[in-house]
Amino acid sequence: MTPASGLADSLAIDVHELVKRYGTRTVVDRVTLAVEPGRICGFLGPNGSGKTTTLRMICGLLTPDGGGGTCLGYDLLRDREAIKRQTGYMTQRFGLYEELTIRENLEFVGRVYGLDRMRERIDASLERLGMATRQKQLAGSLSGGWKQRLALAACVLHEPRLLLLDEPTAGVDPKARRAFWDEIHAYAAQGITVLVSTHYMDEAERCHEIAYIAYGELMARGTAHEIVESSSLVGFVASGPGADRLAIDLQGAPGVTAAAAFGTTLHVCGPDRDALLKAIEPHRSSPSIRWDEAEPTLEDIFIHLMGKARDNALDS
Amino acid sequence: MRWILELAGRPLSNPPDVKVSPVRLAGFWRRVGAVVTKEVLPFRRERMSFAVIFVLPILQLLLFGYAIETDPRHMPTAVVSGDDSMIARTILSAIGNTGYMDFTHQPRTDDEASELLQRGEVQFVVSIPADFTRRFVRGERAQVMIDADATDPMSVGNSLAAAGPAIEQALSRDLIGPLRGRRGHSDAVELVLHRRYNPEGKARLNIVPGLLAVILSVSMVLMTALAVTREREHGTMENLLAMPVRPFEVMIGKIIPYFVIGAIQTAIILVLSWLLFDITINGDVSMLLLGTALFIIANLAIGFTISTLAENQLQAMQASFFTLLPSILLSGFMFPFRGMPQWAQWLGEVMPTTHFIRIARSVMLKAATFEDIHSELSALLAIVVIVTAIAISRYRMTLDGNAKPTH
Repeated sequence: MTPASGLADSLAIDVHELVKRYGTRTVVDRVTLAVEPGRICGFLGPNGSGKTTTLRMICGLLTPDGGGGTCLGYDLLRDREAIKRQTGYMTQRFGLYEELTIRENLEFVGRVYGLDRMRERIDASLERLGMATRQKQLAGSLSGGWKQRLALAACVLHEPRLLLLDEPTAGVDPKARRAFWDEIHAYAAQGITVLVSTHYMDEAERCHEIAYIAYGELMARGTAHEIVESSSLVGFVASGPGADRLAIDLQGAPGVTAAAAFGTTLHVCGPDRDALLKAIEPHRSSPSIRWDEAEPTLEDIFIHLMGKARDNALDS
Repeated sequence: MRWILELAGRPLSNPPDVKVSPVRLAGFWRRVGAVVTKEVLPFRRERMSFAVIFVLPILQLLLFGYAIETDPRHMPTAVVSGDDSMIARTILSAIGNTGYMDFTHQPRTDDEASELLQRGEVQFVVSIPADFTRRFVRGERAQVMIDADATDPMSVGNSLAAAGPAIEQALSRDLIGPLRGRRGHSDAVELVLHRRYNPEGKARLNIVPGLLAVILSVSMVLMTALAVTREREHGTMENLLAMPVRPFEVMIGKIIPYFVIGAIQTAIILVLSWLLFDITINGDVSMLLLGTALFIIANLAIGFTISTLAENQLQAMQASFFTLLPSILLSGFMFPFRGMPQWAQWLGEVMPTTHFIRIARSVMLKAATFEDIHSELSALLAIVVIVTAIAISRYRMTLDGNAKPTH
């Protein structure tokens, strides 16, 4: 993933071999990541895989125990203040003040960054959020979706060149999530680089590219299409009456990475075609169930990668 | 551990020898100002907590100043008299006339009297032995004994102090006839006091300076302790640190509003004491203000230290009360300092409240000068320096815990 040296200057994020340890536990293990300007990079991985820690190292909140690199052309270790100034970091928990109004929160952020034309900027931000009429409402009284949009607005108030979003849409309804992602794309169109962590596959597909991290290790990198293409995983879809109930029989069978019911259909996948065929063989005789070979989904691939990462972690 | 220090506010990008330019200093105050504004704004809406900050001191002042009488009179008293002579009666009525004791019980034996005292039915037992008159007439020492229930030493001190002079006065007036010769012998009657206690002076004058100390420490410690813990509990601390505001700026910004609140509380208490109780500052006002400022800072530092130790607001609250109680009980506010055992006095010396109460009492009542109180001021300053050092070092470490992932 290391880019050619000529490209390095233009990369928004260019970090190598980042390591973070807490005591004896290695939370982030040699993660290398490069993101081009104006791109939306989805950061995926299971809970506790080191996503938050990686984001915190990139935004200068934590110092890596190993590795380094640049962020917006600034050195990750030496120019943290400069990085902070041009980066917007949205924490996983709502990080604004519930006891302040929407406007007061934005004003606080504006003052900390020492912004000029405060009133103008905040008015514009509220307008963009569609919160101009509600600016005197307490932030604590907002619904989850609105809180996240407000937090995003606060993050971009100082016009950062890089946005780091830590699971920004967790627990937000689909409509609000869609609105949130529309905004992310609008910022990217302005040239802002976005690194966003998420658990949602539909969101992963809305990213320009994806980085998958598990057990502190970067497992896959590329566009959603590239990741599916390059995966050696084989998948089958079974449909017909009772197909979904086969999931229980197939889960954990040799050669099967994942078997999951999707409505009335069943998705199975495995790394080896022959082994997978052998596993589903007993169920293929049923005349009422149709089996079709299908491309594995992103989710299948991530579950597969997660298993692989765990094996790696156990080996070492 | 290196990153902890960096988080604590020294950007690595600036070599240590860089001079602080006016522009940088302006940035410092701008960010501190942002934190101050953020802290103050919610008060505008939370009328309740606003009221508590300013109404509570007034209520406490009225309560302690008016309602709690530390010089109580007409306390129930038992009399055990083995001698019903004229002299004995003269002495008893003299004691009764002080107004402190009402003779409510006439037990027959000493044991019965002790029981009354034990049960709390009487505050005092006055005993006149059977041989009292005989000894008195012979010119031997005649004894009158007063046993006091000294569980509340403040309430018996004045009564006991008043008894002796009352007896003497009565004897000099009422000794006539053959006993006239015994006049002027001050040792004619010996008053034996058990658990005698002598408080320092007029209650109200004593209480107002102490009250100033207690009100300030309660509100300062508690409010700062909660202010920082709340940020951590709500997860806003991480967001704050990701912005270009340094931890030290956050600390200063959080402390300034509470310092101002403390100053306003001080003003309220002093003005009300003057208006209601006619207590004026006899000494140098600037000395009192200097002491008060140091005391407020000491309490803010204590509150800040607590907030770095506590994981949530409940713990912060408990820890605050844990430190406040001894500072109320052992500082000389509740009980005269000299009446405490040695170990308690040592504990008291470590607490800022003790020194501030001495400063406030000395300046307000005794018109103390800087020379009189400089040792108390230095003690207060030493406490400020030590606690602030602890607060700052703990504060750095807390960011460690704060920045750790929550899985």
